[in-house]
Amino acid sequence: MTRINLTVDGARVSDDVEPRTLLVHYLREQLGKTGTVIGCDTSNCGACTVHLDGTSVKSCNMLAVQADGHEVTTIEGLATDGELHPVQEAFRECHGLQCGYCTPGMIMQSVDLLKENPHPSEEEIRLGLEGNLCRCTGYHNIVKAVQHAAEHGGAGQSGGKHAAEVPAS
Amino acid sequence: MIPTQFDYLAPTTVEEALAALAEHGDDAKIMAGGQSLLPVLRMRLNAPELVIDLGRIEALRGVRDDGDAVVIGAMTPHAAVGKDPLLAEHAALIPKAVEHLADAQIRHRGTFGGALAHADPAGDLGAPALALGAQFVIAGRGGTRTVAADDFFVDLFETAIGEDEILTEVRIPKHTGWGAHYEKFVRVAHQWPIVAVAAAVRVEGGTIAEARVGLTNMGNTPLRARAVEEALVGQPASEDAVRAAAARAADGTSPPSDLNGDADYRRHLATVVTRRAVLAAAGA
Ligand SMILES: Cc1cc2nc3c(=O)[nH]c(=O)nc-3n(C[C@H](O)[C@H](O)[C@H](O)COP(=O)(O)OP(=O)(O)OC[C@H]3O[C@@H](n4cnc5c(N)ncnc54)[C@H](O)[C@@H]3O)c2cc1C
Ligand code: FES
Ligand code: FES
Repeated sequence: MTRINLTVDGARVSDDVEPRTLLVHYLREQLGKTGTVIGCDTSNCGACTVHLDGTSVKSCNMLAVQADGHEVTTIEGLATDGELHPVQEAFRECHGLQCGYCTPGMIMQSVDLLKENPHPSEEEIRLGLEGNLCRCTGYHNIVKAVQHAAEHGGAGQSGGKHAAEVPAS
Repeated sequence: MIPTQFDYLAPTTVEEALAALAEHGDDAKIMAGGQSLLPVLRMRLNAPELVIDLGRIEALRGVRDDGDAVVIGAMTPHAAVGKDPLLAEHAALIPKAVEHLADAQIRHRGTFGGALAHADPAGDLGAPALALGAQFVIAGRGGTRTVAADDFFVDLFETAIGEDEILTEVRIPKHTGWGAHYEKFVRVAHQWPIVAVAAAVRVEGGTIAEARVGLTNMGNTPLRARAVEEALVGQPASEDAVRAAAARAADGTSPPSDLNGDADYRRHLATVVTRRAVLAAAGA
Protein backbone atom coordinates (compact mmCIF):
# COMPACT_ATOMS: atom_id res chain seq x y z
CA MET A 1 0.00 0.00 0.00
CA THR A 2 1.12 3.52 -0.79
CA ARG A 3 -0.23 6.66 0.87
CA ILE A 4 -1.54 9.30 -1.54
CA ASN A 5 -2.74 12.85 -0.88
CA LEU A 6 -4.60 14.70 -3.57
CA THR A 7 -7.50 17.02 -4.26
CA VAL A 8 -10.57 15.58 -5.96
CA ASP A 9 -13.37 17.93 -7.04
CA GLY A 10 -12.15 20.55 -4.60
CA ALA A 11 -11.88 18.29 -1.55
CA ARG A 12 -8.57 17.11 -0.11
CA VAL A 13 -8.40 13.34 0.19
CA SER A 14 -5.81 11.00 1.64
CA ASP A 15 -5.85 7.22 1.15
CA ASP A 16 -3.81 4.05 1.07
CA VAL A 17 -3.88 2.42 -2.36
CA GLU A 18 -2.18 -0.51 -4.06
CA PRO A 19 0.28 0.91 -6.61
CA ARG A 20 -1.53 -1.03 -9.37
CA THR A 21 -4.84 0.76 -8.70
CA LEU A 22 -5.93 2.69 -11.77
CA LEU A 23 -7.06 6.25 -11.11
CA VAL A 24 -10.53 5.47 -12.47
CA HIS A 25 -10.96 2.59 -10.04
CA TYR A 26 -9.80 4.75 -7.14
CA LEU A 27 -12.31 7.46 -8.08
CA ARG A 28 -15.23 5.07 -8.53
CA GLU A 29 -14.60 2.43 -5.91
CA GLN A 30 -12.74 4.17 -3.13
CA LEU A 31 -14.28 7.65 -3.42
CA GLY A 32 -17.67 6.60 -4.82
CA LYS A 33 -17.38 9.05 -7.71
CA THR A 34 -19.23 6.88 -10.20
CA GLY A 35 -19.91 9.80 -12.54
CA THR A 36 -16.66 8.86 -14.27
CA VAL A 37 -17.25 5.65 -16.22
CA ILE A 38 -15.23 2.92 -17.91
CA GLY A 39 -16.11 2.16 -21.51
CA CYS A 40 -13.25 0.05 -22.80
CA ASP A 41 -10.18 -1.99 -21.96
CA THR A 42 -7.80 -0.35 -24.39
CA SER A 43 -7.76 3.38 -23.51
CA ASN A 44 -9.52 4.19 -26.77
CA CYS A 45 -13.00 5.35 -25.78
CA GLY A 46 -12.38 8.39 -23.56
CA ALA A 47 -15.41 7.75 -21.32
CA CYS A 48 -13.12 7.91 -18.27
CA THR A 49 -11.69 11.38 -19.09
CA VAL A 50 -11.00 13.60 -16.06
CA HIS A 51 -8.78 16.64 -15.56
CA LEU A 52 -5.42 16.39 -13.84
CA ASP A 53 -4.28 19.88 -12.80
CA GLY A 54 -6.75 21.28 -15.32
CA THR A 55 -5.69 19.12 -18.28
CA SER A 56 -7.61 16.16 -19.72
CA VAL A 57 -6.32 12.62 -19.17
CA LYS A 58 -7.77 9.13 -19.50
CA SER A 59 -8.16 7.96 -15.91
CA CYS A 60 -8.09 4.29 -16.99
CA ASN A 61 -4.55 4.82 -18.29
CA MET A 62 -3.05 6.31 -15.18
CA LEU A 63 -2.25 4.95 -11.73
CA ALA A 64 -3.80 6.54 -8.65
CA VAL A 65 -0.27 6.89 -7.19
CA GLN A 66 0.67 9.10 -10.16
CA ALA A 67 -2.01 11.58 -9.02
CA ASP A 68 -0.37 11.96 -5.60
CA GLY A 69 0.03 15.67 -4.86
CA HIS A 70 -2.14 16.71 -7.81
CA GLU A 71 -5.62 18.07 -8.37
CA VAL A 72 -8.25 15.92 -10.10
CA THR A 73 -11.55 17.24 -11.43
CA THR A 74 -14.26 14.78 -12.48
CA ILE A 75 -17.61 15.39 -14.14
CA GLU A 76 -19.05 15.54 -10.60
CA GLY A 77 -16.94 18.57 -9.78
CA LEU A 78 -17.75 20.61 -12.87
CA ALA A 79 -20.94 22.33 -11.70
CA THR A 80 -20.59 25.17 -9.19
CA ASP A 81 -23.15 25.64 -6.43
CA GLY A 82 -25.78 23.57 -8.18
CA GLU A 83 -25.37 25.43 -11.46
CA LEU A 84 -24.33 23.37 -14.47
CA HIS A 85 -21.10 24.27 -16.25
CA PRO A 86 -21.85 25.96 -19.62
CA VAL A 87 -20.62 22.86 -21.47
CA GLN A 88 -22.96 20.60 -19.46
CA GLU A 89 -25.78 23.05 -20.16
CA ALA A 90 -24.95 23.02 -23.89
CA PHE A 91 -25.04 19.20 -24.10
CA ARG A 92 -28.51 19.31 -22.49
CA GLU A 93 -29.68 22.16 -24.71
CA CYS A 94 -28.42 20.64 -27.98
CA HIS A 95 -29.37 17.05 -27.16
CA GLY A 96 -25.70 16.08 -27.33
CA LEU A 97 -26.41 12.65 -25.84
CA GLN A 98 -28.63 9.63 -26.18
CA CYS A 99 -27.70 6.80 -23.81
CA GLY A 100 -25.34 9.18 -22.02
CA TYR A 101 -22.54 6.71 -21.41
CA CYS A 102 -19.87 8.66 -23.30
CA THR A 103 -21.15 11.99 -21.97
CA PRO A 104 -18.99 12.51 -18.84
CA GLY A 105 -15.85 11.98 -20.93
CA MET A 106 -17.17 14.02 -23.87
CA ILE A 107 -17.93 16.95 -21.57
CA MET A 108 -14.58 16.81 -19.77
CA GLN A 109 -12.71 16.68 -23.10
CA SER A 110 -14.87 19.49 -24.54
CA VAL A 111 -14.04 21.70 -21.57
CA ASP A 112 -10.33 21.03 -22.16
CA LEU A 113 -10.71 21.74 -25.88
CA LEU A 114 -12.46 25.09 -25.28
CA LYS A 115 -9.80 26.09 -22.77
CA GLU A 116 -7.11 25.57 -25.44
CA ASN A 117 -9.16 26.89 -28.34
CA PRO A 118 -12.12 29.08 -27.24
CA HIS A 119 -13.71 29.25 -30.71
CA PRO A 120 -12.94 26.03 -32.57
CA SER A 121 -14.17 25.27 -36.09
CA GLU A 122 -16.26 22.16 -36.68
CA GLU A 123 -13.18 20.30 -37.88
CA GLU A 124 -11.17 21.37 -34.83
CA ILE A 125 -13.97 20.10 -32.58
CA ARG A 126 -14.03 16.72 -34.33
CA LEU A 127 -10.23 16.45 -34.08
CA GLY A 128 -10.18 17.63 -30.47
CA LEU A 129 -12.70 14.93 -29.53
CA GLU A 130 -11.07 12.15 -31.54
CA GLY A 131 -10.13 10.24 -28.40
CA ASN A 132 -13.79 10.06 -27.32
CA LEU A 133 -16.08 7.52 -28.94
CA CYS A 134 -19.88 7.67 -29.02
CA ARG A 135 -21.98 4.75 -30.21
CA CYS A 136 -25.31 6.59 -30.29
CA THR A 137 -25.34 10.14 -31.57
CA GLY A 138 -23.26 10.04 -34.73
CA TYR A 139 -21.42 13.00 -33.12
CA HIS A 140 -23.54 15.61 -34.94
CA ASN A 141 -25.23 17.02 -31.84
CA ILE A 142 -22.07 16.69 -29.79
CA VAL A 143 -20.31 19.02 -32.22
CA LYS A 144 -23.31 21.37 -32.06
CA ALA A 145 -23.19 21.32 -28.27
CA VAL A 146 -19.51 22.33 -28.24
CA GLN A 147 -20.24 25.16 -30.70
CA HIS A 148 -23.18 26.26 -28.54
CA ALA A 149 -21.01 26.17 -25.41
CA ALA A 150 -18.34 28.29 -27.12
CA GLU A 151 -20.96 30.96 -27.77
CA HIS A 152 -22.61 30.74 -24.36
CA GLY A 153 -19.92 31.22 -21.77
CA GLY A 154 -18.14 27.86 -22.08
CA ALA A 155 -15.03 29.21 -23.81
CA GLY A 156 -11.88 29.21 -21.72
CA GLN A 157 -13.73 28.12 -18.55
CA SER A 158 -12.14 25.30 -16.63
CA GLY A 159 -14.97 25.28 -14.08
CA GLY A 160 -15.22 23.27 -10.93
CA LYS A 161 -14.18 24.06 -7.42
CA HIS A 162 -10.55 24.38 -6.42
CA ALA A 163 -8.87 23.30 -3.24
CA ALA A 164 -8.77 26.75 -1.71
CA GLU A 165 -12.54 27.19 -1.96
CA VAL A 166 -13.63 24.01 -0.22
CA PRO A 167 -12.91 22.86 3.30
CA ALA A 168 -11.11 19.52 3.58
CA SER A 169 -13.47 16.60 4.05
CA MET B 1 -8.36 -5.56 -16.43
CA ILE B 2 -5.99 -4.48 -13.72
CA PRO B 3 -2.24 -5.13 -13.63
CA THR B 4 -0.66 -7.74 -11.37
CA GLN B 5 0.75 -6.48 -8.07
CA PHE B 6 3.94 -4.44 -8.22
CA ASP B 7 5.96 -2.16 -6.00
CA TYR B 8 6.21 1.46 -7.02
CA LEU B 9 9.06 3.92 -6.85
CA ALA B 10 8.97 7.56 -7.96
CA PRO B 11 12.56 8.86 -7.73
CA THR B 12 13.31 12.55 -8.22
CA THR B 13 16.75 12.12 -9.83
CA VAL B 14 18.13 10.04 -12.69
CA GLU B 15 20.83 8.66 -10.34
CA GLU B 16 18.21 7.21 -7.97
CA ALA B 17 16.32 5.70 -10.90
CA LEU B 18 19.53 4.11 -12.25
CA ALA B 19 20.41 2.73 -8.82
CA ALA B 20 16.97 1.12 -8.53
CA LEU B 21 17.32 -0.36 -12.02
CA ALA B 22 20.73 -1.78 -11.17
CA GLU B 23 19.41 -3.32 -7.98
CA HIS B 24 16.28 -4.91 -9.46
CA GLY B 25 17.46 -5.69 -12.99
CA ASP B 26 14.95 -7.63 -15.07
CA ASP B 27 12.27 -7.40 -12.40
CA ALA B 28 11.97 -3.64 -12.76
CA LYS B 29 10.27 -1.64 -15.49
CA ILE B 30 10.68 2.06 -16.27
CA MET B 31 7.46 4.05 -16.64
CA ALA B 32 7.41 7.37 -18.51
CA GLY B 33 3.88 8.59 -19.37
CA GLY B 34 2.53 5.06 -19.00
CA GLN B 35 0.43 5.42 -22.15
CA SER B 36 1.91 2.31 -23.77
CA LEU B 37 3.14 0.58 -20.63
CA LEU B 38 -0.12 0.63 -18.67
CA PRO B 39 -2.15 -1.03 -21.46
CA VAL B 40 0.55 -3.73 -21.57
CA LEU B 41 0.41 -4.24 -17.79
CA ARG B 42 -3.39 -4.23 -17.80
CA MET B 43 -3.45 -6.97 -20.42
CA ARG B 44 -0.86 -8.74 -18.26
CA LEU B 45 1.54 -9.10 -21.16
CA ASN B 46 4.22 -8.04 -18.69
CA ALA B 47 4.32 -8.35 -14.91
CA PRO B 48 7.23 -6.42 -13.39
CA GLU B 49 7.86 -6.60 -9.64
CA LEU B 50 8.81 -2.94 -9.52
CA VAL B 51 7.66 0.03 -11.57
CA ILE B 52 10.07 2.97 -11.57
CA ASP B 53 8.10 6.10 -12.47
CA LEU B 54 10.23 8.85 -14.07
CA GLY B 55 7.34 11.33 -13.75
CA ARG B 56 8.83 13.17 -10.77
CA ILE B 57 12.26 13.79 -12.32
CA GLU B 58 11.99 17.45 -13.32
CA ALA B 59 15.42 17.46 -15.01
CA LEU B 60 14.08 15.17 -17.76
CA ARG B 61 11.36 17.59 -18.84
CA GLY B 62 11.55 20.48 -21.28
CA VAL B 63 13.00 21.65 -24.58
CA ARG B 64 16.16 23.75 -24.80
CA ASP B 65 18.40 25.41 -27.35
CA ASP B 66 21.96 24.04 -27.49
CA GLY B 67 23.88 25.63 -30.35
CA ASP B 68 23.34 23.59 -33.47
CA ALA B 69 20.72 21.35 -31.87
CA VAL B 70 17.40 21.54 -30.08
CA VAL B 71 17.39 19.19 -27.09
CA ILE B 72 14.17 17.47 -25.99
CA GLY B 73 14.06 16.01 -22.45
CA ALA B 74 12.85 12.40 -22.52
CA MET B 75 9.91 13.16 -20.20
CA THR B 76 8.57 16.10 -22.20
CA PRO B 77 4.92 15.33 -22.94
CA HIS B 78 3.78 15.15 -26.57
CA ALA B 79 1.48 18.16 -26.03
CA ALA B 80 4.44 20.36 -24.98
CA VAL B 81 6.58 19.15 -27.90
CA GLY B 82 3.73 19.96 -30.28
CA LYS B 83 3.53 23.56 -29.06
CA ASP B 84 7.22 24.28 -28.62
CA PRO B 85 8.38 27.44 -30.47
CA LEU B 86 12.06 26.33 -30.72
CA LEU B 87 11.06 23.10 -32.42
CA ALA B 88 8.59 24.90 -34.69
CA GLU B 89 11.44 27.13 -35.87
CA HIS B 90 14.35 24.68 -36.08
CA ALA B 91 12.87 21.18 -36.42
CA ALA B 92 9.28 21.62 -37.59
CA LEU B 93 9.01 17.99 -38.63
CA ILE B 94 8.80 16.91 -34.97
CA PRO B 95 5.77 19.03 -33.95
CA LYS B 96 4.10 18.16 -37.26
CA ALA B 97 4.36 14.45 -36.43
CA VAL B 98 3.09 15.00 -32.88
CA GLU B 99 0.01 16.90 -34.07
CA HIS B 100 -1.83 13.76 -35.16
CA LEU B 101 -0.28 11.28 -32.74
CA ALA B 102 -2.95 9.41 -30.70
CA ASP B 103 -5.48 11.85 -29.18
CA ALA B 104 -5.45 14.93 -26.96
CA GLN B 105 -5.68 13.06 -23.65
CA ILE B 106 -2.84 10.69 -24.56
CA ARG B 107 -0.71 13.58 -25.83
CA HIS B 108 -1.06 15.18 -22.39
CA ARG B 109 0.49 12.14 -20.63
CA GLY B 110 2.62 10.33 -23.22
CA THR B 111 6.21 11.50 -23.57
CA PHE B 112 8.70 12.04 -26.40
CA GLY B 113 11.28 9.71 -24.86
CA GLY B 114 8.71 7.08 -23.89
CA ALA B 115 7.38 6.81 -27.43
CA LEU B 116 10.90 6.46 -28.90
CA ALA B 117 12.02 3.98 -26.23
CA HIS B 118 8.87 1.92 -26.88
CA ALA B 119 9.94 1.63 -30.56
CA ASP B 120 6.61 0.49 -31.93
CA PRO B 121 7.18 0.16 -35.71
CA ALA B 122 3.91 2.07 -36.22
CA GLY B 123 4.94 4.82 -33.76
CA ASP B 124 4.90 8.30 -35.25
CA LEU B 125 8.12 9.72 -33.79
CA GLY B 126 10.78 7.29 -35.01
CA ALA B 127 10.73 8.29 -38.70
CA PRO B 128 10.99 12.05 -38.02
CA ALA B 129 13.79 11.50 -35.49
CA LEU B 130 15.65 9.29 -37.97
CA ALA B 131 15.10 11.67 -40.90
CA LEU B 132 16.54 14.61 -38.93
CA GLY B 133 19.53 12.58 -37.69
CA ALA B 134 18.61 12.72 -33.99
CA GLN B 135 21.17 11.78 -31.32
CA PHE B 136 19.96 9.78 -28.33
CA VAL B 137 21.54 10.48 -24.95
CA ILE B 138 21.44 7.39 -22.75
CA ALA B 139 22.48 7.32 -19.09
CA GLY B 140 23.86 4.29 -17.29
CA ARG B 141 25.64 3.84 -13.99
CA GLY B 142 28.98 4.35 -15.71
CA GLY B 143 27.97 7.67 -17.28
CA THR B 144 26.20 8.74 -20.43
CA ARG B 145 26.68 7.78 -24.05
CA THR B 146 25.23 9.16 -27.26
CA VAL B 147 23.77 6.91 -29.93
CA ALA B 148 23.01 8.06 -33.49
CA ALA B 149 19.49 7.51 -34.82
CA ASP B 150 20.83 5.00 -37.39
CA ASP B 151 21.97 2.76 -34.52
CA PHE B 152 19.18 3.46 -32.01
CA PHE B 153 16.35 1.44 -33.56
CA VAL B 154 17.37 -2.21 -33.42
CA ASP B 155 14.20 -4.23 -34.09
CA LEU B 156 10.49 -4.44 -33.27
CA PHE B 157 10.10 -2.80 -29.83
CA GLU B 158 13.88 -2.95 -29.40
CA THR B 159 16.33 -0.07 -29.13
CA ALA B 160 19.97 0.47 -28.17
CA ILE B 161 18.91 1.32 -24.59
CA GLY B 162 20.36 -1.36 -22.28
CA GLU B 163 18.30 -2.95 -19.49
CA ASP B 164 20.11 -0.92 -16.85
CA GLU B 165 19.99 2.34 -18.81
CA ILE B 166 17.63 5.30 -19.20
CA LEU B 167 17.08 7.54 -22.20
CA THR B 168 17.51 11.07 -20.84
CA GLU B 169 17.28 13.37 -23.86
CA VAL B 170 17.19 13.52 -27.62
CA ARG B 171 19.23 16.06 -29.58
CA ILE B 172 17.67 17.16 -32.85
CA PRO B 173 20.14 18.89 -35.24
CA LYS B 174 18.68 22.23 -36.34
CA HIS B 175 17.07 22.29 -39.76
CA THR B 176 16.22 25.98 -39.72
CA GLY B 177 14.42 27.16 -42.83
CA TRP B 178 13.59 23.64 -44.05
CA GLY B 179 10.03 22.86 -45.08
CA ALA B 180 8.53 19.88 -43.25
CA HIS B 181 5.50 17.65 -43.35
CA TYR B 182 4.33 14.40 -41.75
CA GLU B 183 1.74 12.56 -43.80
CA LYS B 184 -0.08 9.81 -41.93
CA PHE B 185 -2.38 7.31 -43.61
CA VAL B 186 -4.95 5.92 -41.17
CA ARG B 187 -8.18 4.02 -41.45
CA VAL B 188 -9.95 5.34 -38.34
CA ALA B 189 -9.56 8.29 -35.97
CA HIS B 190 -6.73 8.53 -33.39
CA GLN B 191 -4.97 5.43 -34.56
CA TRP B 192 -1.58 4.20 -35.52
CA PRO B 193 -0.59 4.78 -39.13
CA ILE B 194 -0.84 2.02 -41.73
CA VAL B 195 2.02 3.87 -43.41
CA ALA B 196 3.31 7.37 -42.68
CA VAL B 197 6.06 9.49 -44.19
CA ALA B 198 8.17 12.21 -42.57
CA ALA B 199 9.67 14.65 -45.08
CA ALA B 200 11.94 17.67 -44.65
CA VAL B 201 13.31 19.58 -47.63
CA ARG B 202 15.45 22.64 -48.19
CA VAL B 203 14.32 24.45 -51.30
CA GLU B 204 16.55 27.07 -52.96
CA GLY B 205 15.00 29.14 -55.72
CA GLY B 206 12.48 26.45 -56.63
CA THR B 207 15.06 23.63 -56.62
CA ILE B 208 15.32 20.97 -53.92
CA ALA B 209 18.81 21.40 -52.45
CA GLU B 210 18.55 18.81 -49.65
CA ALA B 211 15.94 16.24 -48.63
CA ARG B 212 15.33 13.88 -45.72
CA VAL B 213 12.62 11.26 -45.89
CA GLY B 214 11.67 8.80 -43.11
CA LEU B 215 9.17 5.93 -43.35
CA THR B 216 6.87 4.69 -40.57
CA ASN B 217 5.60 1.09 -40.51
CA MET B 218 7.48 -0.05 -43.60
CA GLY B 219 9.62 -2.52 -41.64
CA ASN B 220 10.53 -3.57 -38.11
CA THR B 221 12.13 -0.17 -37.47
CA PRO B 222 11.66 3.29 -38.93
CA LEU B 223 13.58 3.61 -42.21
CA ARG B 224 15.27 6.33 -44.26
CA ALA B 225 14.12 6.42 -47.90
CA ARG B 226 17.61 7.22 -49.14
CA ALA B 227 16.83 6.46 -52.79
CA VAL B 228 14.08 9.11 -52.70
CA GLU B 229 16.36 11.60 -50.95
CA GLU B 230 19.05 11.19 -53.61
CA ALA B 231 16.58 11.37 -56.47
CA LEU B 232 15.08 14.60 -55.12
CA VAL B 233 18.28 16.60 -54.90
CA GLY B 234 18.67 19.07 -57.77
CA GLN B 235 15.08 18.54 -58.94
CA PRO B 236 12.46 21.28 -59.20
CA ALA B 237 9.89 21.18 -56.41
CA SER B 238 7.21 20.19 -58.93
CA GLU B 239 4.53 17.51 -58.97
CA ASP B 240 6.18 15.51 -61.78
CA ALA B 241 9.70 15.55 -60.38
CA VAL B 242 8.53 14.64 -56.87
CA ARG B 243 6.30 11.86 -58.23
CA ALA B 244 9.26 10.33 -60.07
CA ALA B 245 11.48 10.43 -56.98
CA ALA B 246 8.73 9.15 -54.68
CA ALA B 247 8.28 6.08 -56.88
CA ARG B 248 11.41 4.71 -55.17
CA ALA B 249 10.00 5.03 -51.62
CA ALA B 250 9.62 1.30 -51.07
CA ASP B 251 13.05 0.35 -52.50
CA GLY B 252 14.75 -2.13 -50.21
CA THR B 253 11.92 -2.24 -47.64
CA SER B 254 10.11 -5.33 -46.32
CA PRO B 255 6.87 -3.97 -44.88
CA PRO B 256 4.54 -6.08 -42.72
CA SER B 257 1.29 -7.69 -43.86
CA ASP B 258 -1.60 -7.39 -41.44
CA LEU B 259 -5.35 -6.78 -41.30
CA ASN B 260 -4.84 -3.18 -42.47
CA GLY B 261 -3.08 -4.20 -45.65
CA ASP B 262 -0.56 -6.60 -47.12
CA ALA B 263 3.05 -5.81 -47.92
CA ASP B 264 2.37 -5.02 -51.61
CA TYR B 265 -0.36 -2.59 -50.67
CA ARG B 266 2.01 -0.85 -48.25
CA ARG B 267 4.75 -0.67 -50.92
CA HIS B 268 2.38 1.11 -53.24
CA LEU B 269 0.98 3.29 -50.46
CA ALA B 270 4.49 4.40 -49.49
CA THR B 271 5.04 5.93 -52.94
CA VAL B 272 1.76 7.84 -52.79
CA VAL B 273 2.21 9.06 -49.21
CA THR B 274 5.84 10.04 -49.92
CA ARG B 275 4.77 12.16 -52.89
CA ARG B 276 2.16 13.93 -50.74
CA ALA B 277 4.57 14.45 -47.84
CA VAL B 278 7.41 15.84 -49.98
CA LEU B 279 5.13 18.17 -51.97
CA ALA B 280 3.60 19.52 -48.77
CA ALA B 281 7.06 19.95 -47.20
CA ALA B 282 8.26 21.85 -50.27
CA GLY B 283 5.15 24.02 -50.12
CA ALA B 284 4.32 23.00 -53.68
C1 LIG C 1 -5.30 4.70 -27.60
C2 LIG C 1 -3.85 4.98 -27.93
C3 LIG C 1 -3.52 5.46 -29.19
C4 LIG C 1 -2.18 5.75 -29.51
N1 LIG C 1 -1.91 6.19 -30.76
C5 LIG C 1 -0.63 6.45 -31.11
C6 LIG C 1 -0.30 6.93 -32.41
O1 LIG C 1 -1.15 7.14 -33.26
N2 LIG C 1 1.02 7.13 -32.70
C7 LIG C 1 2.01 6.94 -31.78
O2 LIG C 1 3.17 7.14 -32.09
N3 LIG C 1 1.72 6.52 -30.54
C8 LIG C 1 0.43 6.27 -30.18
N4 LIG C 1 0.16 5.84 -28.89
C9 LIG C 1 1.28 5.64 -27.93
C10 LIG C 1 1.74 6.94 -27.32
O3 LIG C 1 2.53 7.64 -28.22
C11 LIG C 1 2.59 6.72 -26.06
O4 LIG C 1 2.67 7.98 -25.45
C12 LIG C 1 4.01 6.26 -26.29
O5 LIG C 1 4.09 5.14 -27.13
C13 LIG C 1 4.65 5.85 -25.00
O6 LIG C 1 5.04 6.97 -24.29
P1 LIG C 1 4.95 6.98 -22.73
O7 LIG C 1 5.67 8.20 -22.29
O8 LIG C 1 3.55 6.87 -22.31
O9 LIG C 1 5.83 5.71 -22.33
P2 LIG C 1 5.52 4.46 -21.38
O10 LIG C 1 4.26 3.82 -21.80
O11 LIG C 1 5.62 4.87 -19.97
O12 LIG C 1 6.77 3.55 -21.74
C14 LIG C 1 6.86 2.85 -22.96
C15 LIG C 1 8.06 1.89 -22.93
O13 LIG C 1 9.29 2.60 -23.00
C16 LIG C 1 10.09 2.39 -21.85
N5 LIG C 1 10.64 3.71 -21.48
C17 LIG C 1 9.90 4.85 -21.38
N6 LIG C 1 10.69 5.90 -21.11
C18 LIG C 1 11.96 5.42 -21.04
C19 LIG C 1 13.23 6.04 -20.80
N7 LIG C 1 13.34 7.37 -20.60
N8 LIG C 1 14.33 5.26 -20.80
C20 LIG C 1 14.22 3.93 -21.02
N9 LIG C 1 13.05 3.29 -21.27
C21 LIG C 1 11.93 4.02 -21.27
C22 LIG C 1 9.17 1.79 -20.80
O14 LIG C 1 9.86 0.93 -19.93
C23 LIG C 1 8.16 1.05 -21.66
O15 LIG C 1 8.66 -0.21 -22.01
C24 LIG C 1 -1.16 5.56 -28.54
C25 LIG C 1 -1.49 5.09 -27.26
C26 LIG C 1 -2.81 4.79 -26.95
C27 LIG C 1 -3.14 4.30 -25.57
S1 FES D 1 -12.27 3.59 -20.25
FE1 FES D 1 -10.62 4.93 -20.41
S2 FES D 1 -10.45 5.22 -22.51
FE2 FES D 1 -12.04 3.75 -22.39
S1 FES E 1 -24.67 8.88 -26.07
FE1 FES E 1 -24.53 6.74 -26.02
S2 FES E 1 -22.39 6.42 -26.31
FE2 FES E 1 -22.61 8.52 -26.66
